[in-house]
Amino acid sequence: MTHRIPESLNDDKKQLREHCEREDLVMFVNACFAATRQNEYYTDQYKTSVSIEFLHQYVMINYRRLYARTIAAGINHFNQLQIIFNLLQAGSPADLTQRSEEGALIAAALRALPANRVYALFERLQKNHVNNRRTRAVIKRYLEWRSEPAFDAIKYRNKYRAASAHAHTKLDDELGMFLFDLKKHNKYQTPLLDKYRQAHYSATAIYELPFTVAESLAQKHDVPRDVFLRKIEHKMTAAEKLRYQSSAARTKGAKLDFDLGRASLTRLALYVLSLHKNERLERADELHAAFERATQQTLARSPLSLNRVAAVFDRSRSTMGSREKRNRPLAVALASSYLLRGAATEYRAFWTPSIDNDAFEFLTQPAGQTTLANPLIDALEWQPDLIVIVSDGYENDPPMIVDQVAQIYREQIGKESTPEIVHMNPVFDADHFAPRRLGPTIATVGLRDAEDIPTMLGFARFTAGTATLADLEQYLAIRVNRMLNSDET
Amino acid sequence: MRHNHSKSKPRLENIALKGLTLAPSQVFGGVRLVPVLRKDVREDLRLTRRSYDEDLAAVQLSSNTAYYSYIPHAFIADWSNDGSPAVAYGTQVRSNKSTKTSDGKVHDLGFMTARVMKKMRAREDKNRLRFLPMDVSMEGFLSLHFGGPDVAWEEYSRAAIRDGLSPRSESSIPGRWIKGLEDALRVFEIHSTQVGSLVFVADALASAFIVPHPDDYRALHATLLTDDYGELLYYYGLYAQENTILPDSIDPNAVHSLKDLRAEVTRVRSDWSKLHSLMSNNLLECPVRSEMVYNMGPFQLHRFMTELNPKAENHIGEAIVRKNGTLEYLKSYRLSAAQCLRAYLLMQLANTNWSLEACAKELNCTRNEFIFRLENAGFGYLLHQHVLEKARSEKR
Repeated sequence: MTHRIPESLNDDKKQLREHCEREDLVMFVNACFAATRQNEYYTDQYKTSVSIEFLHQYVMINYRRLYARTIAAGINHFNQLQIIFNLLQAGSPADLTQRSEEGALIAAALRALPANRVYALFERLQKNHVNNRRTRAVIKRYLEWRSEPAFDAIKYRNKYRAASAHAHTKLDDELGMFLFDLKKHNKYQTPLLDKYRQAHYSATAIYELPFTVAESLAQKHDVPRDVFLRKIEHKMTAAEKLRYQSSAARTKGAKLDFDLGRASLTRLALYVLSLHKNERLERADELHAAFERATQQTLARSPLSLNRVAAVFDRSRSTMGSREKRNRPLAVALASSYLLRGAATEYRAFWTPSIDNDAFEFLTQPAGQTTLANPLIDALEWQPDLIVIVSDGYENDPPMIVDQVAQIYREQIGKESTPEIVHMNPVFDADHFAPRRLGPTIATVGLRDAEDIPTMLGFARFTAGTATLADLEQYLAIRVNRMLNSDET
Repeated sequence: MRHNHSKSKPRLENIALKGLTLAPSQVFGGVRLVPVLRKDVREDLRLTRRSYDEDLAAVQLSSNTAYYSYIPHAFIADWSNDGSPAVAYGTQVRSNKSTKTSDGKVHDLGFMTARVMKKMRAREDKNRLRFLPMDVSMEGFLSLHFGGPDVAWEEYSRAAIRDGLSPRSESSIPGRWIKGLEDALRVFEIHSTQVGSLVFVADALASAFIVPHPDDYRALHATLLTDDYGELLYYYGLYAQENTILPDSIDPNAVHSLKDLRAEVTRVRSDWSKLHSLMSNNLLECPVRSEMVYNMGPFQLHRFMTELNPKAENHIGEAIVRKNGTLEYLKSYRLSAAQCLRAYLLMQLANTNWSLEACAKELNCTRNEFIFRLENAGFGYLLHQHVLEKARSEKR
C-alpha cells in the first residue's frame, strides 16, 4: 500500500536533503584544504587521521562523482592522494562517462603532484594489496609518462621497484637488471645507472647523483659533511637548498648559495620563522626583499586584485603548531599578509596580540592568547571592503565573541555597507571534521598555503551558506574542466 | 591548627584578589584554566623552583616529629627590603653539587632514594627563603589535633592515648592522573601579564596558583602538573565533559556605534571575571583561619584553611602577602570529601573535649552511629576494640 505524500512535505524533504548534501560536501572540500594526517597543536595524529579517513570514506560512498571531482578543487596534496587511493581501492564505477572522467582526473592529478608523493602512493597501493586492472593501468601510464626513468629508478629506487613489480610493467632490459639485480652486472650502458653502480665503490662518483641518493652513499664512504655539501651543491634542488640552509650554516666550512627569491611564499615564511630571532633582525632587509619578490611571483602566477583589505592575524601561542608542523599556522599568516598587501590597493594588518607596527612582521614569535574581537573592531573602523581573518579558530579572550561582534555590526551599524568577512583556518579540527569555525556569521574556509587565498576567496561563498548545491556542483565541474584541459595543452 | 592569638602577628582574614584580575578561561576537555593577571608587577619578590629527584623526603619538624612526603620541588623566594628588583635565583649561575649538599642530605637506599631535610622552611641567605610548597599547609592540616585525646576517656585505645594520632597520613593524587590536565596545560595560551591560574576540573575549583612575577609564572606553569590534588578531582576528571558557560552576550540594543561595541566587548570580558570569582567563591573572599609561618621582610608567609564544612568545598593553602595586603603568592589544595570529614570529626571531638557522648549529641546522632562514622572515616584505631565490638553487636 502506498501513501501519497503531500506536495508541500515532499518539497520540505527535498530541501532538507539538498541542504544536508551541500553541508556534507562543503565540509569535505573545506577539510581537504587544511587536513593532513599529522599532529596539530590541539589534536594528535591518531585523532586527525581517524577523523579525516572517516570523512573520506563517508563522502566517497555517498557522493562518488563529487568525491572524484574534489581532486580538481585545488585541495592539498595529502587529500588528493587519499582520494586517488580510495578511488583505486574501491574499483571503477560501472557508468562509462563517470569511469573515464575519474580516470582522466586521476591521471591529471598524478602528473601535477610531486614525484616522491606519487611513488609513495604506489608503494602504499602495493602494501595494501590494491591490484585491480585500473590500478595497474594507472601505474603503467604514469611510469611511461615520466621522461627520465633512469633518474626515477635511482632516486626512488625501492618505490620504483615496488611499483613496477606491482603493476607488472615491462621495463627495458637494463632498467630491469638495475632494479632487481644491481650487483650482478659490472657495466651499464645508461650513464646515470652506471654512476650509481660506481658510487658504491668510489667516493668521487657520488657527486653526479641526485642529492638525496648521494647523501647516504657519502656516509658509506665517510665523506666529511662540509666537503660533501660543497661538492654536491650543484646537484641540489632549490627546495633541498632551502631545507639544508640552516644545517649547512652549522657545518663549518659549508655555505649554500641560495637565492631566497626562488622559494614559494609560504615555504619562505616557514624558512624565515625557523631562523633565530637575532639572525632575522640582522638580515631583515634581505628577507623583506625576498618576501616581496615571492609575492610578486605568486601574484604573477595567479592574479588577484582587491581594493581595500584589512586582515586580522592570530599570532597566539597555538600558532607555533605541532612538532611536525612547526610554526605552520604563523607562517601561513605571515605569507598571507605579504600576499594581501601585494594584491590590495589599500591594506592594513591587525595582529593579535598586537605587534609593533614599524617593525617587520616576520620578527614576531608565537606568544600570548587569542583575542580576535578587538582587532576585528579596529578593522571594521577602518571600513575596508574585505576583512580576512587568519586564525586556528580557538578564540579564548573572551571566547565566542568575534561572531557576535560581526553579527551586531552587520545588524546595527554597518547594515548594507558591511564588509565581507572571511575566516581562513590553516588547522584541521578533528572533532568537528572541518577547520574550526568562529560562528555562523563568519564564513570559514581551510587554508593550506597562502598561495591558495585566491581559490579560497572564491570558495568562501559556499561555506557562508549563500550558494546552492547546484552552484557547488557547477563550481567543481568548472574546476574539473580547467584541470583536464590545461593538462592537454 | 595551633592558634596564635597574640596581636603582634598579622592574620590573613580572607583570600582577596587585590590588584589581580581574572581573564576569560580557556577550556580543553574537562579542564578549565582561568588566567590571573597582575596589573602592577613589582620586581622585589621573585619565586623560583628547585627540583628534587628523590622518591621521598623526610623533614624534621621538632625533636620527636618528622614529616615524610614525596616532594617534587621546593620554592625559593628572593626578596629585597627596599622594593628594588630582586634577582631571581634561577638566573644565577650555580653548581648543582653545592645545592645538594646545602639543602639536606640525599640517601640512596637501593630500592629508593630519600632526602632528609632539617627544616620545612630554611633561610638560605639574608633575603632568601627555601620552602616546600603545599607541604607547608599540608603539615598544618595534618597537625590539626595531632595529639589525640586530651582526656583519657575509657573508650580510647591505649595506643591513641600514648601516641595520639601519630602517624597521621593523608594521600593525594598527582596532577598527571587527572584526565586532560596535562593536555590542557600544554595547549594553554599564557597571557603576557599572567601571574597565576585557577584550575577547574569539571567546573569545580581544584587549585589556585599565583606567583609574584609573570616570568616566574611562565617558568612554573608546568609545575601544576606535578602538584597534588584530592582524589575527588580524579573522579571529576573522568566524568568531565567540555562544559560551556558563557556570561551574557552582547546586547544588540545597547550598540549604536563602534564605541558602544567596544564598550560591550569590555563589559563581556569583565563579566567573565565576575563569573570566575563566583565559581571560586568557596576560596576567594571567604573567611579563612590562618597562621603566619614565616616573616620575610616586607612579606609574610601564611598558611590557611577555609571553614571545615563537610557539605561544601574546602581548601587549605598557603600565601605570601605584602604588608599592604597584596597577594604575592598563593597555592591552594582542595581537600577531598573524605579528608574534610576526617578533619571535621577531629575538630568536633576536640571541641567537645573528646567525649563521644557529647560529640554525638552535638552532631545529632546516637553514640553508636558516631562510632561508626569515626570508624568509616579511618579513625577506628583511636577507639578501644571492645567499644567497636559493642557498637557492632548492638547494631545487629
